[in-house]
Amino acid sequence: MLEHKKVIVFGERDDISGNTVSTCLQAAGAEIVYESTACFV
Amino acid sequence: MEKIAVIQSCSYCLMHLPDLVRYGSKPRRETALDPNLPEKLQAALRSYEEAVSYPPNQTFIGNISPEKLADIPRPWFRQEFFSSSVDSCTGPFGEILDQEGFLALLKAADILTPQLFQVIPSRLSLLQGRLIQHPLFCNTSLQTTEGEPSALEKQSPPSDSSGLPLKSGNTLYGYFHGDNREEGRDDENLSAHNLLENLCTKASGALALQWLLHRADLEPEKIDFIISCGEEACGDRYQRGGGGMAKAMGDMCGCTNASGMDIKNFCAAPANALITAAALVSSGVYRRVAVVGGGSLAKLGMKFQAFLGQKMPILDDCLASMAFLVTADDRKSPWIRIGQGATGTVPINASTTDEQVFLHYLLHPLQNSGLNCRQIDKYAPELHNPEIMEFSGAGDVAGKNYRKIAATAVMAGHLDKAEMKEWIKKIGMPGFAPTQGHIPSAVPYIGHAMVAMEAGKMERAMFLARASLFLNRCTRLLDGVSFILERNPHLKRQEE
Repeated sequence: MLEHKKVIVFGERDDISGNTVSTCLQAAGAEIVYESTACFV
Repeated sequence: MEKIAVIQSCSYCLMHLPDLVRYGSKPRRETALDPNLPEKLQAALRSYEEAVSYPPNQTFIGNISPEKLADIPRPWFRQEFFSSSVDSCTGPFGEILDQEGFLALLKAADILTPQLFQVIPSRLSLLQGRLIQHPLFCNTSLQTTEGEPSALEKQSPPSDSSGLPLKSGNTLYGYFHGDNREEGRDDENLSAHNLLENLCTKASGALALQWLLHRADLEPEKIDFIISCGEEACGDRYQRGGGGMAKAMGDMCGCTNASGMDIKNFCAAPANALITAAALVSSGVYRRVAVVGGGSLAKLGMKFQAFLGQKMPILDDCLASMAFLVTADDRKSPWIRIGQGATGTVPINASTTDEQVFLHYLLHPLQNSGLNCRQIDKYAPELHNPEIMEFSGAGDVAGKNYRKIAATAVMAGHLDKAEMKEWIKKIGMPGFAPTQGHIPSAVPYIGHAMVAMEAGKMERAMFLARASLFLNRCTRLLDGVSFILERNPHLKRQEE
């Protein structure tokens, strides 16, 4: 679904972490070029 | 046979420090970009009376329960819930200290020669007077001002090179310096800002420790061991974050027979510290262990931009501190279970996704204890005040965690999906702790849980603390630490 797409991922610790988002997007074929998980507390 | 450990007492304190908001990390950085910012900040600060009457603050010191807080309509900062602040600046768990009172504590915490907090001579007697008035610090004498420049009072305007001005309202009390001795002068870890953060942690932690001793009716000499669980790093260039805060706070409170250490694990350190304290007591290494968390100056004003943008008062204007006394079973205080997998940890190979984290720190300890999710009366996750978080766009942190707790219960087959919303109302509570990192992380509910258990209204509460280990830039891992607090079964036997 996302083959040949480059993706920037922003996640949040108390919501959905960047790692979880990346795992989903990679499974759909995307290439993760940047990933960050924020902690707002 | 291993002894059961209990949490025998606890304390929670707030210090309303509007004029120190500008020394929080975010306001300080933004002030460097906008010279007009201090004026804007000043216009948005709350009075002491407003901070005292703020319902989440009243919940933190135990004057109202989280259940009562949930019934108070929001926005809470517009509620005039407590008309008499005189009656409500202390609570069953501790107090809300005003700025001048805290500056007196800060001065008492300063042991360096030459002094870090250089008080204007005419203000010293004011600060000493505040300590004398305080029932828990009335025997504390402030260091004399020998060698202070006589021209200090005329020094205007204050400059950073002469130290950070410490004010309360329009009154200047003095300047806070870095370590200006030869060995500290060029060490960025010993700058005025860093040492002010560290000394704020010490002074606020000492306030909570004194309240703990008072509430437990315990002489300070009877504390065997102190664990500090704050996030602030103290130490110089060769040992940044080296520690020593536990014994520094114990020294200030007269715990002369205590040893101590600092435990670090970001927000989850208090949970780690309580489990460690329980293990030390259960194994017989120590009889009485105090766990203390001092406040975080860096986090004052962390969300100030959102408040200014919405013409609201700056709500993250309080330092917070807390302390807990862990002892062997006294046949009345709640048990903290640590054996047979009853505490929750997250192994490294399960630390990268939320699902795995909740499986390990929520479900596993319950299964190991022969319990299911429904057998916990209340869950205490990250209890950040939602009013501070939501206005800044970060959402209701406690609410998000409750949804994950309920989702985990559904996945475990302990709950029907259709029941989630109602179940969360039953097992949940609104967040009521200020955004002080380790302070809101589950443990603010211990005091309320102890009250409910003593009254026979609760059997078990589970405390779920999270830590953003990835903030150290050395790992991508999340962490979670949990424990279950259980009503002492001897109370039930006594009632029968």
